[in-house]
Amino acid sequence: MGVGGQGTLLASRVLGSLFVDLGCDVKISEVHGMAQRGGSVVTHVRYGTKVFSPLVEPGTADILLAFEKMEALRWIHFLKEQGRAIINSQEIEPMSVIMGAYGYPKDLEDRIRKVCPGAVFFDALAVAKELGNIKVANMVLIGVLARLLDIAPQMWEKAIKTVVPPKTVEINLRAFHRGYNWI
Amino acid sequence: MKRLMLGNEAIARGAYEAGVRVATAYPGTPSTEITEFAAKYDEIYAEWSPNEKVALEVAIGASFAGARAMVAMKHVGLNVAADPLFTVSYTGVNAGLVIVVADDPGMHSSQNEQDSRYYARASQVPMLEPADSQEALEFVKLAFELSEKYDTPVLIRLTTRVAHSQSIVTLGQRADVPLKEYKKLPNKNVMMPAMARKRHVEVERRMKALAEAANDLWINRVEMRDTSIGIIASGITYQYAKEALPNASFLKLGMINPLPRRLIESFASKVRKLYVVEELEPVLEEQIKSWGIPVIGKEIFPVQGELSANMILEKIAGKAPDVRPAQDLPPRPPVMCPGCPHRGIYYVMKKLRLHATGDIGCYTLGALPPLEAIDTCVCMGASVGMAHGMEKARGKDFSRRLVAVIGDSTFIHSGITGLIDIVYNQGASTVVILDNSTTGMTGHQDHPGTGRTIKGEAVPPLNLVNLIKAIGIEHVRVVDPFDLEEVEKVLKEETQREEPSVVIAQRPCALLSKEMKAPMSIDRDACRLCGVCLHLGCPAIEKKSDGMQINQALCNGCGLCVNVCKFGAIRRAGE
Repeated sequence: MGVGGQGTLLASRVLGSLFVDLGCDVKISEVHGMAQRGGSVVTHVRYGTKVFSPLVEPGTADILLAFEKMEALRWIHFLKEQGRAIINSQEIEPMSVIMGAYGYPKDLEDRIRKVCPGAVFFDALAVAKELGNIKVANMVLIGVLARLLDIAPQMWEKAIKTVVPPKTVEINLRAFHRGYNWI
Repeated sequence: MKRLMLGNEAIARGAYEAGVRVATAYPGTPSTEITEFAAKYDEIYAEWSPNEKVALEVAIGASFAGARAMVAMKHVGLNVAADPLFTVSYTGVNAGLVIVVADDPGMHSSQNEQDSRYYARASQVPMLEPADSQEALEFVKLAFELSEKYDTPVLIRLTTRVAHSQSIVTLGQRADVPLKEYKKLPNKNVMMPAMARKRHVEVERRMKALAEAANDLWINRVEMRDTSIGIIASGITYQYAKEALPNASFLKLGMINPLPRRLIESFASKVRKLYVVEELEPVLEEQIKSWGIPVIGKEIFPVQGELSANMILEKIAGKAPDVRPAQDLPPRPPVMCPGCPHRGIYYVMKKLRLHATGDIGCYTLGALPPLEAIDTCVCMGASVGMAHGMEKARGKDFSRRLVAVIGDSTFIHSGITGLIDIVYNQGASTVVILDNSTTGMTGHQDHPGTGRTIKGEAVPPLNLVNLIKAIGIEHVRVVDPFDLEEVEKVLKEETQREEPSVVIAQRPCALLSKEMKAPMSIDRDACRLCGVCLHLGCPAIEKKSDGMQINQALCNGCGLCVNVCKFGAIRRAGE
């Protein structure tokens, strides 16, 4: 999940393409249009032998992939016990905070670790900046996720090449590998 | 060939495989992508029509002329297209005509969560409801067959979770469907009372025939398992219920109007406890109960919002899943993007303490704090007529402190007739058209004013100034919404004027240009923490504990904030 405009949809398409190639039944649920306006966006990806609902129910997610720190906590109740979380440490203040109606919570990492002690925090934006394009932060995170999921990187590369605009294949692959090799 | 496909894309693919030649629409979440994908096929003529009524009429014309045609819209769009819908039900079709309507339970992006299944019943038109992308594709093809076999338009109903979910689809080939012959048939196609009375008899006859055929139609499917629980469901609720109770017996309805009475009675007799799981209204429940069949529906399920697998598990099996509560966090509603031109106009309107009737688009977001610039938003085009109505109710003095705010696409959709009303019936309203050269909120589609069609062809753009003058408005002002001084001057002049006027605030949507301007930054030494820049409501301008700053990753470099800082503390990075 993340903030509208961060590229969560593209990331979910990479996942979708990957799991179809692996022969799974896949369903992905996304919200379009309005969500781009800096609102909270969530994409659900479900894969297996047979998938009915396209939505992940609260308390059942195996993995939470978050593109923004507060959004990670907002949706953390979707994670199951022993679920894994990969979280971009970027902070984007919502209008409610900018207006002064709320403060951006300072204890996000603690609250997240309470629910998911093994949560991985990663500054994908910094890596993307190094690569010269902040828009590929989402692909850096996909790289981190790939390491976790134990699926061959070549399968991921194939998915990325299939999904991203042709002109951006190279930089997206570099972003992916930076994430994949971060450890 | 198998691939993951968005429900909306699968509808377009179904139309392609069914030999559709004409696809029309006005954008509307969650239906917009249907026609965007349809336009990618060379074999399909696709268009953005000015509104859904025109879109349906164009499709009706194509159908009468012998070409299979499809029109797509969101639920409130069907309200606009309802007039032709009800009467094309009587005329029937020539080549198949399919009308796709996408409902929005839970209102992810709409003004209401109306249940469009009622339209099928009210207009006496069959309606199909797919539950995933593969069904979306197949049901479109079936819909065209039924349309031609039973001489009727056919409705296909989606909801957000089917329209905007991806699932695996097997692609087929495009059928070679020749144009049907065109014959002049006034008894069928001219709905004067004498003809229409006879056609109504036909409507009743065809619905009876369809209701009988529905009992054996493959898209209505019985899955017998554990018979202690029987569930009747359609569309996405079928998926949720299967997720929650995979061992229950199911009657999955693919055709939800007319209903297969015999099949439902037979299913009901085989299960101990019968449930109907539907979102929004008890459309299925009331019909089933009217046949004397006991069924549990809205007694346990809400009429508002979406259902979910967990909710169904809890309500039917009494098992509340052990879930952590959601965390208490600052809300993150959608906002106008950094660089949005609407921000300039709204900032001035707020400063002048104007009331405003609002309309539908990205600019509706101006209702939220800090701008809080509009008072109302009801339906497409309403801002114009409503401003006129307010003036007639409270007089010209009130009207001096009131403007109507409407987008360019919305104005073309249904604001023009409101403006004609103002001139014809001697109003003095000031209408502000926010012309950002796009249909923005739905994802930047073209419209008659942008000079480009859905297929990317360059066409002469609709000249709004000429149109407005032709309507009889003498005072038409074009301003740059970022020129705050000019905006203030013009708004003051035009609201005071005792004649109707139109102010066109012209600046393209910030997202239209990929050009990256250098971001702004705040010089903390010059900044007096007066907070005026915060009144712009730009998401890139942040108040931190140690001072003001502009988020460099979000700032669009539009420079509007420079205009409001009286201390010169905001500058472009590098200047």
